[in-house]
Amino acid sequence: MSLKKVSKEQPDKFEFSEENLSLAKKIILNYPAEKKKSAVMALLYLAQKQNHNWIPLAAMKYIAKFLDISYINVYEVATFYSMYNLSPVGKYFIQICTTTPCMIRGAYKLVDVCKKNISEKENELSCKKNCSWTEVECLGACINAPMAQINQDYYEDLNVKQFEGIIKDILKDIKPKPGSYRGRVNSEPEKNRQTLIENKNA
Amino acid sequence: MLEDKDRIFKNLYNDLGADIDSAKSRGDWLNTKEICSKGRDWIIEEVKNSELRGRGGAGFPTGLKWSFAPKKVGAKPHYLVINADESEPGTCKDRDILRFEPHKLIEGCLIASYAVNAHKCYIYLRGEYYNEGLKLQKAIDEAYKANLIGKNSSGTGWKLDIYIHYGAGAYICGEETALLESIEGNKGQPRLKPPFPALVGLYGCPTIINNVETIAVVPTILRKGSKWFASLGKPKNTGTKIFCISGNVISPCNVEEEMGVKLKDLIEKHAGGVVGGWDNLQAVIPGGSSMPMLSKEISENITMDFDSLVENNSGLGTAGIIVINKDQDIIKCMARIARFYKHESCGQCTPCREGSGWMWRILERMAKGEASKDEVNMLSDVTKQIEGHTICAFGEGSAWPVQGLLRHFKKEIIERNNFDPLVKNNKNIPYLIDQHILEEDIKNVKS
Repeated sequence: MSLKKVSKEQPDKFEFSEENLSLAKKIILNYPAEKKKSAVMALLYLAQKQNHNWIPLAAMKYIAKFLDISYINVYEVATFYSMYNLSPVGKYFIQICTTTPCMIRGAYKLVDVCKKNISEKENELSCKKNCSWTEVECLGACINAPMAQINQDYYEDLNVKQFEGIIKDILKDIKPKPGSYRGRVNSEPEKNRQTLIENKNA
Repeated sequence: MLEDKDRIFKNLYNDLGADIDSAKSRGDWLNTKEICSKGRDWIIEEVKNSELRGRGGAGFPTGLKWSFAPKKVGAKPHYLVINADESEPGTCKDRDILRFEPHKLIEGCLIASYAVNAHKCYIYLRGEYYNEGLKLQKAIDEAYKANLIGKNSSGTGWKLDIYIHYGAGAYICGEETALLESIEGNKGQPRLKPPFPALVGLYGCPTIINNVETIAVVPTILRKGSKWFASLGKPKNTGTKIFCISGNVISPCNVEEEMGVKLKDLIEKHAGGVVGGWDNLQAVIPGGSSMPMLSKEISENITMDFDSLVENNSGLGTAGIIVINKDQDIIKCMARIARFYKHESCGQCTPCREGSGWMWRILERMAKGEASKDEVNMLSDVTKQIEGHTICAFGEGSAWPVQGLLRHFKKEIIERNNFDPLVKNNKNIPYLIDQHILEEDIKNVKS
């Protein structure tokens, strides 16, 4: 199970913004009326998005009331799943996949870039406080290894030099272009594609 | 090699566009009403005859699974749940279906829902696939707008609603009952089976759970006929499959091929070969990280289908092929996989929760050469203690890769690990050794 650290500094209050409130009400309708609890994961995402990419305890209490379930119910969900951040992360949250398929294509070199340019340790904010990084398990883009996820976007087929460029941009608060950095199209073989050639030429 | 006309996913590389008009021009949604009008029994029979086996890893016959759903809807509604929680290391096939062939999936959802009497379908998508989720949602909206799904789906009179439920980074939620727990708003911890989800599933109602690829191939099977699908591949291992080839190959890629294709052909023809040539190959993990690895000798001639891989003490799993060449430290690679399982264990069953950590720590030391020789057998024993002693198959999934390593690379581990805990005067006493035994032993040597 993943390690989850609840931040020591917590805001006193949390409430959904108007926009998120109407979204939350809409999400609840996706599930049977008596099974509102199902919406807890989606609502935690909303709270995370509203609160600069992390979930304070006040938000969990708020969601518990909102869904008519106990606080511990929300708390155990928030601590179980690794994508809910329980303490502040950077505005740019970099997740580097280091599971074996990425590892054997050099993912730990990307980790070194982060250590050098952002912070020595995982989950620590950079000196400019806009960026933090962490190692994660398989992100499901193994054929585009090594890769990293920055907020919602996948950055694929990276090498050290390109990744250094990406980090530099981020530290300057410029969002780099997502996608493959070897110029390949999606998941097709780069050299000598054998299949669906007619479509390619169409 | 499979001919292009027999490929199901014509837009695997997004040459043609994923929107509804492009999908229709490829034949999706063509005669959905006609297919449904042939009746539930015909659909299930046809899927059974095609011998389609689940593409999510276990390879359970899909038609058979559908036939387990109660024939008539009783007091409880039926549900269809699509497992798009693709997290198995080495696997990224569903991502491309969600991005580029979403309409095949949605049409499959309609046909499957119709066949198992479900009015609601949940697609459980892994949380990291945020952008893929947006694309899928767009496709769902398109389908609603064109009345292909909704109150009167494609004119069949069947009401169907499809919802996306995002996961949040838990590998275990790919296990079907953990996935149901997760949709219900709980921690993703697997349930005991039986009762099976087909009878007691989501919210205690009959639920059919299928992988994305399984559902996405169904419309094409029904259109082209079960005979066509069954004619591809090998008996009992029919049809086509998307293979993901990653790791130390020249061009890592996804490719749709016939079941029973030779592993060497996949690597050499489609992925451009092993980095450093075929002779530089060390091992291949054939079906996502849970499946035991194959040595170079076995990889030479093996065909990629469920049965022949089982014969070789492995499995097809999700068909995520990870190629490892001789430049890599194989023990380190497996230690990293063991760390993955340690991280992802849900913590419900003790053998898996504790054992996955043990395996990781022992392997880390073995990679550094800090283990003793008898720990090789101890590691093998630990894997046997986990396997078969857990609620879900995660136990096997974490133990098998380690067993695979021990099967093929025992010699390498023993060569590297010469650490003898009873060597006199060794000051770095490892934590696994009982201190007083060591001291007594030193005393005996001195006297």
